[in-house]
Amino acid sequence: MIVAEQKPLSEIKEIIALYKKILIMGCGTCVKTCFAGGEDEVAVLASALRLACKKDGKEIEIEELTIERQCEDEFIRESAPAVSRNEGVLSLACGAGVQALARRFGKTPVLPGVNTTFIGVLEKQGIFTEECSGCGDCNLAIFGGVCPFTRCAKKLLNGPCGGSQNGKCEVNPESDCAWHLIIERLRILGQMDKLRIYVPPKNWQTSLSGGPRKLVREDHMI
Amino acid sequence: MNMKVHSRLQEILSKGEFAVTAECGPPRGATPEVVRKKGELLKGYVDAVNVTDNQTAIVRMSSIAACSHLLQMGLEPVMQMVTRDRNRIALQSDIMGAYSLGIKNILCLSGDHQSFGSQPDALNVFDIDSMNLIRTVQTMREQGKDMSGFELNGPPRMFIGAAANPFADPFEYRVIRLAKKIDAGADFIQTQCIYNMDRFKEWMKMARDEGLTEKVHILGGVTPLKSAGMAKFMNNKVAGMDVPEPLIKRMANVPKKKAVEEGIKICIETIAELCEIEGVHGVHIMAIEWEEIVGQIVESAGLTPRP
Repeated sequence: MIVAEQKPLSEIKEIIALYKKILIMGCGTCVKTCFAGGEDEVAVLASALRLACKKDGKEIEIEELTIERQCEDEFIRESAPAVSRNEGVLSLACGAGVQALARRFGKTPVLPGVNTTFIGVLEKQGIFTEECSGCGDCNLAIFGGVCPFTRCAKKLLNGPCGGSQNGKCEVNPESDCAWHLIIERLRILGQMDKLRIYVPPKNWQTSLSGGPRKLVREDHMI
Repeated sequence: MNMKVHSRLQEILSKGEFAVTAECGPPRGATPEVVRKKGELLKGYVDAVNVTDNQTAIVRMSSIAACSHLLQMGLEPVMQMVTRDRNRIALQSDIMGAYSLGIKNILCLSGDHQSFGSQPDALNVFDIDSMNLIRTVQTMREQGKDMSGFELNGPPRMFIGAAANPFADPFEYRVIRLAKKIDAGADFIQTQCIYNMDRFKEWMKMARDEGLTEKVHILGGVTPLKSAGMAKFMNNKVAGMDVPEPLIKRMANVPKKKAVEEGIKICIETIAELCEIEGVHGVHIMAIEWEEIVGQIVESAGLTPRP
Protein backbone atom coordinates (compact mmCIF):
# COMPACT_ATOMS: atom_id res chain seq x y z
CA MET A 1 0.00 0.00 0.00
CA ILE A 2 0.95 3.66 -0.18
CA VAL A 3 1.87 4.71 3.32
CA ALA A 4 1.24 8.26 4.51
CA GLU A 5 1.39 10.17 7.75
CA GLN A 6 -0.87 12.98 8.80
CA LYS A 7 0.77 16.39 8.94
CA PRO A 8 1.06 18.05 12.37
CA LEU A 9 -2.03 20.01 13.36
CA SER A 10 -0.05 23.27 13.46
CA GLU A 11 0.96 22.85 9.81
CA ILE A 12 -2.57 21.94 8.76
CA LYS A 13 -3.87 25.07 10.49
CA GLU A 14 -1.48 27.18 8.45
CA ILE A 15 -2.38 25.41 5.23
CA ILE A 16 -6.11 26.10 5.68
CA ALA A 17 -5.69 29.55 7.26
CA LEU A 18 -7.21 31.40 4.29
CA TYR A 19 -10.48 29.48 4.30
CA LYS A 20 -13.61 29.62 6.39
CA LYS A 21 -15.44 26.69 4.82
CA ILE A 22 -13.37 23.64 4.29
CA LEU A 23 -14.05 20.07 3.23
CA ILE A 24 -11.83 17.43 4.76
CA MET A 25 -11.82 14.56 2.32
CA GLY A 26 -10.63 11.10 3.28
CA CYS A 27 -9.76 8.20 1.03
CA GLY A 28 -10.96 4.68 1.78
CA THR A 29 -8.02 2.79 0.30
CA CYS A 30 -4.30 2.95 1.25
CA VAL A 31 -4.36 5.85 3.70
CA LYS A 32 -7.27 4.25 5.51
CA THR A 33 -5.23 1.07 6.04
CA CYS A 34 -2.27 3.04 7.40
CA PHE A 35 -4.47 5.16 9.69
CA ALA A 36 -3.61 8.47 8.01
CA GLY A 37 -6.69 9.49 6.05
CA GLY A 38 -9.67 7.14 6.30
CA GLU A 39 -13.11 8.00 7.65
CA ASP A 40 -11.99 7.74 11.29
CA GLU A 41 -9.00 10.03 10.79
CA VAL A 42 -11.18 12.56 8.96
CA ALA A 43 -13.54 12.67 11.95
CA VAL A 44 -10.74 13.01 14.50
CA LEU A 45 -8.97 15.71 12.51
CA ALA A 46 -12.21 17.64 11.96
CA SER A 47 -12.91 17.66 15.71
CA ALA A 48 -9.36 18.68 16.52
CA LEU A 49 -9.45 21.52 14.00
CA ARG A 50 -12.83 22.78 15.21
CA LEU A 51 -11.51 22.87 18.76
CA ALA A 52 -8.23 24.48 17.78
CA CYS A 53 -9.94 27.17 15.67
CA LYS A 54 -12.41 27.89 18.44
CA LYS A 55 -9.51 28.35 20.82
CA ASP A 56 -7.85 30.70 18.35
CA GLY A 57 -11.10 32.63 17.92
CA LYS A 58 -11.32 31.72 14.24
CA GLU A 59 -14.68 30.94 12.67
CA ILE A 60 -14.62 27.84 10.52
CA GLU A 61 -17.11 25.42 9.03
CA ILE A 62 -15.75 21.97 8.45
CA GLU A 63 -17.50 19.34 6.39
CA GLU A 64 -16.37 15.73 6.35
CA LEU A 65 -16.45 13.24 3.50
CA THR A 66 -14.60 10.04 2.66
CA ILE A 67 -14.70 8.49 -0.78
CA GLU A 68 -13.53 5.05 -1.83
CA ARG A 69 -10.48 6.18 -3.86
CA GLN A 70 -9.24 9.70 -4.53
CA CYS A 71 -7.03 8.50 -7.38
CA GLU A 72 -9.98 7.48 -9.57
CA ASP A 73 -12.20 10.03 -11.20
CA GLU A 74 -15.21 7.73 -11.03
CA PHE A 75 -15.18 8.03 -7.23
CA ILE A 76 -14.00 11.65 -7.19
CA ARG A 77 -17.09 12.77 -9.09
CA GLU A 78 -19.26 11.68 -6.15
CA SER A 79 -17.70 14.44 -4.11
CA ALA A 80 -18.60 17.29 -6.50
CA PRO A 81 -21.64 18.60 -4.54
CA ALA A 82 -19.67 18.68 -1.26
CA VAL A 83 -16.70 20.37 -2.93
CA SER A 84 -18.94 23.06 -4.41
CA ARG A 85 -20.29 23.92 -0.94
CA ASN A 86 -16.79 24.73 0.36
CA GLU A 87 -13.99 27.22 -0.26
CA GLY A 88 -11.29 24.60 -0.23
CA VAL A 89 -10.56 20.89 0.15
CA LEU A 90 -8.10 19.41 2.60
CA SER A 91 -7.30 16.00 1.16
CA LEU A 92 -6.07 13.22 3.41
CA ALA A 93 -5.18 11.04 0.41
CA CYS A 94 -1.70 10.42 -0.95
CA GLY A 95 -0.12 12.95 -3.31
CA ALA A 96 -1.72 11.24 -6.28
CA GLY A 97 -5.15 11.68 -4.71
CA VAL A 98 -4.52 15.38 -4.00
CA GLN A 99 -3.50 15.96 -7.61
CA ALA A 100 -6.39 13.96 -9.02
CA LEU A 101 -8.82 16.10 -7.00
CA ALA A 102 -7.07 19.28 -8.14
CA ARG A 103 -7.39 18.15 -11.75
CA ARG A 104 -11.14 17.47 -11.39
CA PHE A 105 -11.92 20.65 -9.42
CA GLY A 106 -9.86 23.24 -11.23
CA LYS A 107 -11.33 26.26 -9.42
CA THR A 108 -11.14 24.94 -5.87
CA PRO A 109 -7.89 24.93 -3.88
CA VAL A 110 -6.98 21.35 -2.97
CA LEU A 111 -4.56 21.13 -0.06
CA PRO A 112 -2.52 18.24 1.33
CA GLY A 113 -3.24 17.05 4.85
CA VAL A 114 -0.81 14.15 4.90
CA ASN A 115 2.80 13.51 3.91
CA THR A 116 2.98 10.62 1.48
CA THR A 117 5.94 8.57 2.57
CA PHE A 118 6.42 5.30 0.71
CA ILE A 119 5.11 2.07 -0.77
CA GLY A 120 5.27 -0.32 2.11
CA VAL A 121 3.79 -3.04 4.21
CA LEU A 122 2.35 -3.31 7.69
CA GLU A 123 5.24 -5.03 9.42
CA LYS A 124 3.29 -5.36 12.63
CA GLN A 125 0.52 -3.36 14.20
CA GLY A 126 1.56 0.30 14.09
CA ILE A 127 4.79 -0.27 12.16
CA PHE A 128 5.03 0.28 8.44
CA THR A 129 8.16 -0.36 6.41
CA GLU A 130 9.17 0.75 2.96
CA GLU A 131 9.72 -2.20 0.67
CA CYS A 132 9.25 -1.00 -2.91
CA SER A 133 10.38 2.09 -4.83
CA GLY A 134 8.25 1.46 -7.88
CA CYS A 135 11.35 1.49 -10.08
CA GLY A 136 9.55 -0.07 -13.01
CA ASP A 137 11.95 -2.98 -13.46
CA CYS A 138 11.46 -5.58 -10.75
CA ASN A 139 14.45 -7.77 -9.99
CA LEU A 140 13.11 -9.45 -6.86
CA ALA A 141 13.58 -12.86 -8.49
CA ILE A 142 17.36 -12.67 -8.17
CA PHE A 143 17.34 -11.11 -4.71
CA GLY A 144 15.31 -13.75 -2.90
CA GLY A 145 12.28 -11.48 -2.73
CA VAL A 146 13.99 -8.62 -0.87
CA CYS A 147 14.55 -5.36 -2.76
CA PRO A 148 18.04 -3.91 -2.27
CA PHE A 149 17.24 -0.80 -4.34
CA THR A 150 14.69 0.16 -1.73
CA ARG A 151 15.90 -1.48 1.44
CA CYS A 152 19.67 -0.94 1.21
CA ALA A 153 20.59 2.65 2.12
CA LYS A 154 23.28 2.55 -0.59
CA LYS A 155 21.20 0.72 -3.22
CA LEU A 156 23.92 -1.95 -3.42
CA LEU A 157 23.26 -4.63 -6.01
CA ASN A 158 26.18 -6.92 -5.38
CA GLY A 159 26.21 -7.69 -1.69
CA PRO A 160 26.37 -5.91 1.66
CA CYS A 161 28.72 -3.04 2.40
CA GLY A 162 31.30 -3.23 5.16
CA GLY A 163 28.95 -1.73 7.70
CA SER A 164 26.49 -4.58 8.08
CA GLN A 165 26.68 -5.92 11.62
CA ASN A 166 24.47 -8.40 13.44
CA GLY A 167 21.99 -8.22 10.58
CA LYS A 168 21.40 -4.50 11.01
CA CYS A 169 22.08 -1.52 8.77
CA GLU A 170 24.83 0.89 9.83
CA VAL A 171 22.74 3.85 8.74
CA ASN A 172 19.86 2.92 11.01
CA PRO A 173 20.35 0.10 13.52
CA GLU A 174 16.55 -0.18 13.72
CA SER A 175 16.51 -1.35 10.11
CA ASP A 176 17.44 -4.80 8.93
CA CYS A 177 20.35 -4.95 6.52
CA ALA A 178 18.65 -5.77 3.22
CA TRP A 179 21.60 -7.88 2.16
CA HIS A 180 21.51 -9.84 5.39
CA LEU A 181 17.87 -10.64 4.62
CA ILE A 182 18.71 -11.56 1.02
CA ILE A 183 21.50 -13.90 2.09
CA GLU A 184 19.34 -15.55 4.77
CA ARG A 185 16.51 -16.04 2.32
CA LEU A 186 18.73 -17.47 -0.42
CA ARG A 187 20.28 -19.80 2.14
CA ILE A 188 16.84 -21.17 3.06
CA LEU A 189 15.91 -21.46 -0.63
CA GLY A 190 19.18 -23.32 -1.33
CA GLN A 191 20.12 -20.62 -3.86
CA MET A 192 23.32 -19.29 -2.34
CA ASP A 193 24.98 -19.61 -5.76
CA LYS A 194 22.95 -16.57 -6.84
CA LEU A 195 25.16 -14.47 -4.57
CA ARG A 196 28.08 -15.07 -6.89
CA ILE A 197 26.31 -13.62 -9.91
CA TYR A 198 27.50 -10.17 -10.98
CA VAL A 199 24.51 -7.82 -11.12
CA PRO A 200 25.11 -5.18 -13.80
CA PRO A 201 24.24 -1.50 -13.30
CA LYS A 202 20.55 -0.87 -12.99
CA ASN A 203 18.68 0.65 -15.88
CA TRP A 204 17.01 3.62 -14.24
CA GLN A 205 15.11 4.61 -17.38
CA THR A 206 12.02 2.86 -16.10
CA SER A 207 12.23 4.79 -12.83
CA LEU A 208 11.49 8.40 -12.05
CA SER A 209 14.84 9.43 -13.55
CA GLY A 210 13.16 9.21 -16.96
CA GLY A 211 10.64 11.84 -15.86
CA PRO A 212 7.04 11.17 -14.84
CA ARG A 213 5.90 7.79 -16.08
CA LYS A 214 2.80 6.77 -17.94
CA LEU A 215 1.45 3.28 -18.39
CA VAL A 216 -0.68 2.74 -21.47
CA ARG A 217 -2.89 -0.35 -21.58
CA GLU A 218 -4.38 -0.32 -25.06
CA ASP A 219 -6.37 -3.46 -24.33
CA HIS A 220 -8.27 -1.51 -21.69
CA MET A 221 -8.76 1.68 -23.63
CA ILE A 222 -12.19 2.61 -24.85
CA MET B 1 45.21 -8.15 -16.63
CA ASN B 2 46.00 -7.93 -20.33
CA MET B 3 46.58 -4.31 -21.03
CA LYS B 4 49.81 -2.78 -19.82
CA VAL B 5 49.39 -0.58 -16.80
CA HIS B 6 52.20 1.83 -15.99
CA SER B 7 51.69 2.12 -12.27
CA ARG B 8 54.55 1.86 -9.82
CA LEU B 9 52.29 0.13 -7.33
CA GLN B 10 51.45 -2.46 -9.97
CA GLU B 11 55.14 -2.99 -10.78
CA ILE B 12 56.09 -3.47 -7.14
CA LEU B 13 53.28 -5.92 -6.51
CA SER B 14 53.88 -7.90 -9.68
CA LYS B 15 57.55 -8.28 -8.74
CA GLY B 16 56.45 -9.90 -5.50
CA GLU B 17 57.72 -7.08 -3.29
CA PHE B 18 55.80 -6.31 -0.09
CA ALA B 19 54.04 -3.05 -0.92
CA VAL B 20 53.43 -0.14 1.43
CA THR B 21 50.64 2.35 0.89
CA ALA B 22 49.32 5.07 3.18
CA GLU B 23 46.33 7.36 3.30
CA CYS B 24 46.13 11.10 2.83
CA GLY B 25 42.90 12.92 3.58
CA PRO B 26 42.48 16.15 1.57
CA PRO B 27 41.77 19.34 3.53
CA ARG B 28 38.41 20.99 4.17
CA GLY B 29 39.51 23.91 2.07
CA ALA B 30 41.29 24.90 -1.09
CA THR B 31 44.86 25.12 0.21
CA PRO B 32 47.22 22.86 -1.72
CA GLU B 33 49.97 23.30 0.90
CA VAL B 34 48.06 21.01 3.28
CA VAL B 35 48.24 18.19 0.74
CA ARG B 36 51.87 18.93 -0.08
CA LYS B 37 52.80 18.88 3.61
CA LYS B 38 51.17 15.48 4.04
CA GLY B 39 52.91 14.32 0.88
CA GLU B 40 56.30 15.42 2.23
CA LEU B 41 55.71 13.36 5.38
CA LEU B 42 55.01 10.25 3.34
CA LYS B 43 57.62 10.65 0.62
CA GLY B 44 60.22 7.89 0.60
CA TYR B 45 58.26 5.70 3.01
CA VAL B 46 55.41 4.47 0.81
CA ASP B 47 54.95 3.21 -2.74
CA ALA B 48 51.63 4.94 -3.27
CA VAL B 49 49.32 7.27 -1.39
CA ASN B 50 45.56 6.76 -1.23
CA VAL B 51 43.68 10.01 -1.50
CA THR B 52 40.24 9.77 0.04
CA ASP B 53 37.09 10.97 -1.72
CA ASN B 54 35.07 13.08 0.71
CA GLN B 55 35.56 10.45 3.38
CA THR B 56 32.92 10.07 6.08
CA ALA B 57 30.74 12.14 3.75
CA ILE B 58 32.41 15.40 4.75
CA VAL B 59 33.09 17.87 1.96
CA ARG B 60 36.79 18.20 1.21
CA MET B 61 39.08 19.11 -1.65
CA SER B 62 38.38 16.66 -4.48
CA SER B 63 40.40 13.49 -4.62
CA ILE B 64 41.43 14.18 -8.22
CA ALA B 65 42.84 17.60 -7.37
CA ALA B 66 44.69 16.36 -4.28
CA CYS B 67 46.07 13.43 -6.32
CA SER B 68 47.31 15.91 -8.86
CA HIS B 69 49.17 17.89 -6.16
CA LEU B 70 50.88 14.69 -4.99
CA LEU B 71 51.80 13.76 -8.56
CA GLN B 72 53.59 17.08 -8.97
CA MET B 73 55.71 16.14 -5.97
CA GLY B 74 56.70 12.83 -7.52
CA LEU B 75 54.40 10.75 -5.33
CA GLU B 76 52.16 8.11 -6.83
CA PRO B 77 48.52 8.54 -5.83
CA VAL B 78 45.73 5.99 -5.54
CA MET B 79 42.60 7.95 -6.32
CA GLN B 80 39.71 6.81 -4.17
CA MET B 81 36.37 7.14 -5.91
CA VAL B 82 32.98 6.63 -4.33
CA THR B 83 29.68 6.08 -6.11
CA ARG B 84 27.77 8.09 -3.50
CA ASP B 85 28.14 11.52 -5.09
CA ARG B 86 28.33 11.03 -8.84
CA ASN B 87 26.24 9.17 -11.38
CA ARG B 88 27.82 6.92 -14.00
CA ILE B 89 28.28 9.79 -16.45
CA ALA B 90 30.32 11.86 -13.99
CA LEU B 91 32.26 8.84 -12.71
CA GLN B 92 33.43 7.80 -16.16
CA SER B 93 34.26 11.35 -17.08
CA ASP B 94 36.33 11.80 -13.92
CA ILE B 95 38.16 8.51 -14.45
CA MET B 96 39.25 9.71 -17.88
CA GLY B 97 40.11 13.14 -16.55
CA ALA B 98 42.14 11.66 -13.70
CA TYR B 99 44.07 9.41 -16.04
CA SER B 100 44.79 12.34 -18.32
CA LEU B 101 46.44 14.05 -15.34
CA GLY B 102 48.67 11.01 -14.74
CA ILE B 103 46.67 9.23 -12.04
CA LYS B 104 47.13 5.52 -12.61
CA ASN B 105 45.62 3.81 -9.59
CA ILE B 106 42.01 3.86 -8.48
CA LEU B 107 40.26 2.45 -5.43
CA CYS B 108 36.59 1.81 -6.20
CA LEU B 109 34.23 2.29 -3.27
CA SER B 110 30.57 2.85 -2.61
CA GLY B 111 31.37 5.43 0.09
CA ASP B 112 30.22 6.25 3.59
CA HIS B 113 26.54 7.09 3.77
CA GLN B 114 25.86 10.83 3.86
CA SER B 115 23.95 10.49 7.12
CA PHE B 116 27.33 10.10 8.90
CA GLY B 117 28.69 13.31 7.44
CA SER B 118 28.31 17.03 7.97
CA GLN B 119 25.53 17.41 5.40
CA PRO B 120 23.06 14.59 6.09
CA ASP B 121 20.37 16.49 4.19
CA ALA B 122 22.18 15.78 0.90
CA LEU B 123 20.72 13.50 -1.76
CA ASN B 124 22.88 10.47 -2.43
CA VAL B 125 23.37 9.09 -5.90
CA PHE B 126 24.37 5.42 -5.85
CA ASP B 127 23.52 5.12 -9.53
CA ILE B 128 25.93 2.19 -9.65
CA ASP B 129 27.62 0.27 -6.84
CA SER B 130 31.32 -0.30 -6.16
CA MET B 131 31.20 -3.65 -7.98
CA ASN B 132 29.81 -1.95 -11.08
CA LEU B 133 32.48 0.75 -10.81
CA ILE B 134 35.26 -1.86 -10.74
CA ARG B 135 33.82 -3.50 -13.86
CA THR B 136 33.47 -0.12 -15.55
CA VAL B 137 37.14 0.79 -15.02
CA GLN B 138 38.17 -2.69 -16.16
CA THR B 139 36.08 -2.47 -19.33
CA MET B 140 37.58 0.92 -20.11
CA ARG B 141 41.06 -0.53 -19.73
CA GLU B 142 40.65 -3.94 -21.35
CA GLN B 143 38.15 -3.16 -24.09
CA GLY B 144 38.73 0.55 -24.45
CA LYS B 145 35.02 1.20 -24.15
CA ASP B 146 32.79 3.24 -21.90
CA MET B 147 29.62 1.86 -20.33
CA SER B 148 27.63 2.48 -23.48
CA GLY B 149 30.09 0.40 -25.50
CA PHE B 150 31.51 3.49 -27.21
CA GLU B 151 35.12 3.07 -28.25
CA LEU B 152 37.19 5.63 -26.36
CA ASN B 153 39.86 7.74 -27.96
CA GLY B 154 42.69 6.82 -25.60
CA PRO B 155 41.13 4.71 -22.87
CA PRO B 156 42.28 5.13 -19.26
CA ARG B 157 44.45 2.24 -18.10
CA MET B 158 44.07 2.23 -14.37
CA PHE B 159 45.42 -0.27 -11.87
CA ILE B 160 42.20 -1.20 -10.10
CA GLY B 161 41.74 -1.51 -6.38
CA ALA B 162 38.79 -2.46 -4.22
CA ALA B 163 38.07 -2.60 -0.52
CA ALA B 164 37.25 -5.62 1.58
CA ASN B 165 36.06 -5.82 5.15
CA PRO B 166 36.77 -9.25 6.65
CA PHE B 167 35.16 -8.12 9.91
CA ALA B 168 31.67 -7.24 8.74
CA ASP B 169 28.76 -9.65 8.74
CA PRO B 170 27.75 -12.12 7.43
CA PHE B 171 31.26 -13.55 7.70
CA GLU B 172 30.86 -16.48 5.30
CA TYR B 173 29.70 -14.08 2.60
CA ARG B 174 32.80 -11.88 2.85
CA VAL B 175 34.94 -14.17 0.71
CA ILE B 176 32.18 -14.54 -1.88
CA ARG B 177 32.13 -10.76 -2.14
CA LEU B 178 35.90 -10.69 -2.51
CA ALA B 179 35.64 -13.24 -5.34
CA LYS B 180 33.00 -11.09 -7.04
CA LYS B 181 35.24 -8.02 -6.84
CA ILE B 182 38.12 -9.96 -8.38
CA ASP B 183 35.87 -11.25 -11.16
CA ALA B 184 34.67 -7.71 -11.77
CA GLY B 185 38.26 -6.60 -12.31
CA ALA B 186 39.99 -5.77 -9.03
CA ASP B 187 43.78 -6.09 -9.23
CA PHE B 188 44.45 -5.21 -5.62
CA ILE B 189 42.50 -5.14 -2.37
CA GLN B 190 42.96 -2.85 0.60
CA THR B 191 41.26 -4.18 3.71
CA GLN B 192 39.51 -2.57 6.65
CA CYS B 193 41.80 -1.93 9.64
CA ILE B 194 42.96 -5.20 11.13
CA TYR B 195 42.85 -5.55 14.90
CA ASN B 196 41.25 -8.98 15.11
CA MET B 197 44.12 -10.98 13.63
CA ASP B 198 42.47 -14.36 14.21
CA ARG B 199 39.49 -13.40 12.13
CA PHE B 200 41.68 -11.87 9.44
CA LYS B 201 43.73 -15.07 9.22
CA GLU B 202 40.57 -17.13 8.94
CA TRP B 203 39.34 -14.90 6.11
CA MET B 204 42.73 -15.15 4.37
CA LYS B 205 42.59 -18.93 4.63
CA MET B 206 39.13 -18.94 3.02
CA ALA B 207 40.49 -16.65 0.29
CA ARG B 208 43.46 -18.97 -0.30
CA ASP B 209 41.20 -22.04 -0.36
CA GLU B 210 39.20 -20.42 -3.14
CA GLY B 211 42.40 -19.60 -5.03
CA LEU B 212 41.73 -15.88 -4.73
CA THR B 213 45.18 -14.92 -3.47
CA GLU B 214 46.59 -16.11 -6.79
CA LYS B 215 44.39 -13.64 -8.62
CA VAL B 216 44.65 -10.49 -6.53
CA HIS B 217 47.13 -8.60 -4.36
CA ILE B 218 45.81 -8.20 -0.82
CA LEU B 219 47.12 -5.28 1.23
CA GLY B 220 46.22 -5.52 4.89
CA GLY B 221 44.87 -2.32 6.42
CA VAL B 222 46.26 -0.96 9.68
CA THR B 223 45.47 2.11 11.78
CA PRO B 224 47.69 2.92 14.78
CA LEU B 225 45.66 3.41 17.94
CA LYS B 226 46.27 6.55 20.00
CA SER B 227 44.40 5.64 23.16
CA ALA B 228 42.17 3.08 24.82
CA GLY B 229 39.31 5.49 24.21
CA MET B 230 39.96 5.42 20.48
CA ALA B 231 40.07 1.61 20.54
CA LYS B 232 36.74 1.48 22.36
CA PHE B 233 35.20 4.07 20.07
CA MET B 234 36.24 2.19 16.96
CA ASN B 235 34.90 -1.05 18.34
CA ASN B 236 31.58 0.33 19.53
CA LYS B 237 30.78 3.22 17.24
CA VAL B 238 32.33 2.46 13.87
CA ALA B 239 30.25 -0.05 11.95
CA GLY B 240 32.20 -2.97 10.58
CA MET B 241 35.17 -2.41 12.90
CA ASP B 242 36.32 -5.15 15.24
CA VAL B 243 38.78 -4.31 18.05
CA PRO B 244 39.07 -7.32 20.37
CA GLU B 245 38.78 -6.81 24.13
CA PRO B 246 42.38 -7.92 24.95
CA LEU B 247 43.69 -5.21 22.64
CA ILE B 248 41.51 -2.54 24.27
CA LYS B 249 42.79 -3.76 27.67
CA ARG B 250 46.37 -3.64 26.47
CA MET B 251 45.90 0.01 25.50
CA ALA B 252 44.14 0.77 28.79
CA ASN B 253 46.84 -0.88 30.89
CA VAL B 254 49.63 1.47 29.86
CA PRO B 255 49.96 4.95 31.42
CA LYS B 256 48.16 7.59 29.34
CA LYS B 257 51.31 9.26 28.05
CA LYS B 258 52.63 5.88 26.89
CA ALA B 259 49.40 5.03 25.00
CA VAL B 260 50.57 6.47 21.68
CA GLU B 261 53.78 4.47 21.90
CA GLU B 262 51.83 1.31 22.68
CA GLY B 263 49.49 1.93 19.72
CA ILE B 264 52.46 2.24 17.39
CA LYS B 265 53.96 -0.92 18.87
CA ILE B 266 50.73 -2.84 18.22
CA CYS B 267 50.68 -1.49 14.68
CA ILE B 268 54.24 -2.64 14.03
CA GLU B 269 53.47 -6.08 15.47
CA THR B 270 50.43 -6.32 13.21
CA ILE B 271 52.53 -5.46 10.16
CA ALA B 272 55.10 -8.09 11.16
CA GLU B 273 52.33 -10.68 11.33
CA LEU B 274 50.91 -9.55 7.99
CA CYS B 275 54.32 -10.06 6.34
CA GLU B 276 54.14 -13.71 7.37
CA ILE B 277 50.65 -14.47 6.05
CA GLU B 278 50.58 -16.29 2.73
CA GLY B 279 48.75 -14.19 0.18
CA VAL B 280 49.22 -10.83 1.91
CA HIS B 281 51.24 -8.71 -0.50
CA GLY B 282 51.45 -5.46 1.34
CA VAL B 283 50.22 -3.12 4.03
CA HIS B 284 47.96 -0.09 3.81
CA ILE B 285 48.57 2.36 6.67
CA MET B 286 45.61 4.55 7.50
CA ALA B 287 46.96 6.96 10.10
CA ILE B 288 43.99 9.30 10.18
CA GLU B 289 45.21 12.92 10.35
CA TRP B 290 48.48 11.52 11.72
CA GLU B 291 50.55 11.20 8.57
CA GLU B 292 53.73 12.20 10.44
CA ILE B 293 53.78 8.81 12.19
CA VAL B 294 53.78 6.73 8.99
CA GLY B 295 57.52 7.09 8.35
CA GLN B 296 58.36 5.87 11.85
CA ILE B 297 56.03 2.87 11.52
CA VAL B 298 57.40 1.88 8.11
CA GLU B 299 60.97 2.21 9.33
CA SER B 300 60.38 0.30 12.57
CA ALA B 301 58.60 -2.43 10.63
CA GLY B 302 61.78 -2.85 8.60
CA LEU B 303 60.10 -1.90 5.34
CA THR B 304 62.57 0.83 4.32
CA PRO B 305 64.12 1.69 1.98
CA ARG B 306 61.29 1.51 -0.50
CA PRO B 307 62.14 0.23 -3.98
